[in-house]
Amino acid sequence: MDKKDIMVDDWIIAGRSFQSRLLVGTGKYKDFHETKLAIDQSGAQIVTVAIRRTNIGQDQNEPSLLDVMPPNEYTYLPNTAGCYSADDAIRTLRLARELLDGHNLVKLEVLGDPKTLYPNVVETVKAADILVKDGFDVMVYTSDDPIIAKQLEDVGCCAIMPLASLIGSGMGILNPWNLEIIIDTVGVPVIVDAGVGTASDAAVAMELGCDGVLMNTAIATAKDPILMASAMRKSIEAGREAFLAGRMQKKLYSASPSSPTTGLINK
Amino acid sequence: MKIVINGTPKEFDVESMTAEDLVKILQLQGKRFAIECNGEIMPRSLFKELVIKNGDQLEIVGAVGGG
Repeated sequence: MDKKDIMVDDWIIAGRSFQSRLLVGTGKYKDFHETKLAIDQSGAQIVTVAIRRTNIGQDQNEPSLLDVMPPNEYTYLPNTAGCYSADDAIRTLRLARELLDGHNLVKLEVLGDPKTLYPNVVETVKAADILVKDGFDVMVYTSDDPIIAKQLEDVGCCAIMPLASLIGSGMGILNPWNLEIIIDTVGVPVIVDAGVGTASDAAVAMELGCDGVLMNTAIATAKDPILMASAMRKSIEAGREAFLAGRMQKKLYSASPSSPTTGLINK
Repeated sequence: MKIVINGTPKEFDVESMTAEDLVKILQLQGKRFAIECNGEIMPRSLFKELVIKNGDQLEIVGAVGGG
């Protein structure tokens, strides 16, 4: 592969073209200023946001996230975090579409348990089906179950986003084998969403052949979020290039040293 | 009239009002938000016409940081 080809490694989600394969959340930062600095340092083009009740009667001059990070500069991905039923998730995303002037690219997640935040895949498939029919481009958070991943693709989701480990856990990629099966099984982009703890986790996801990685806590709760955002950008790029380059075969022993076997002194 | 906004009951000295009236009363002009009334989206383009009545349940939402 030529160097110039590496520079042009765009990927497409639901007809939209992106260069960065790192997707980031906007939660858990100290303030909006830090949010923007970290996200800009990450190079991410797609950013997730949550939809929540407006504080009626509170300080009307308080800046909002959308003021600090204008929707014309980032591709917003409104999520359904905190929703435990298909109905709640669907209502939330219809509100998000109205809020963002008809923007229909969304992140669906339907949770099953407040302790682990593990997804409820039954409700997720139900919601995905309805949302796709209602005109949404649905990027869907799910477990690392390859059968469910395929079902979500079959109902029309535009990206499958399996967890690497539990949301906010930073435990890294616990089941690379399942992720590989999902990558082999579905035709739409596969994005690891949740569980990445540090740069090497993100690189491993990309080396497995994931199309992208979505993360929030790993950057936002690092001691230096802006520096971690930079590390994540590089690890995503490094992992992607390693995947494209094709790694060497692993072998227990190698009878093939890297240095010449001839011309040694004293022989 | 009495309506519920974001789970909190609110009383207003009128019999009914349009969505646009409510936006003014709540000083939400120029802000980014979306309104749902009794489970149905109120499109911004129809705020002048859509009427809010006694007993209506409203949700007014915006975007916040999240992963």
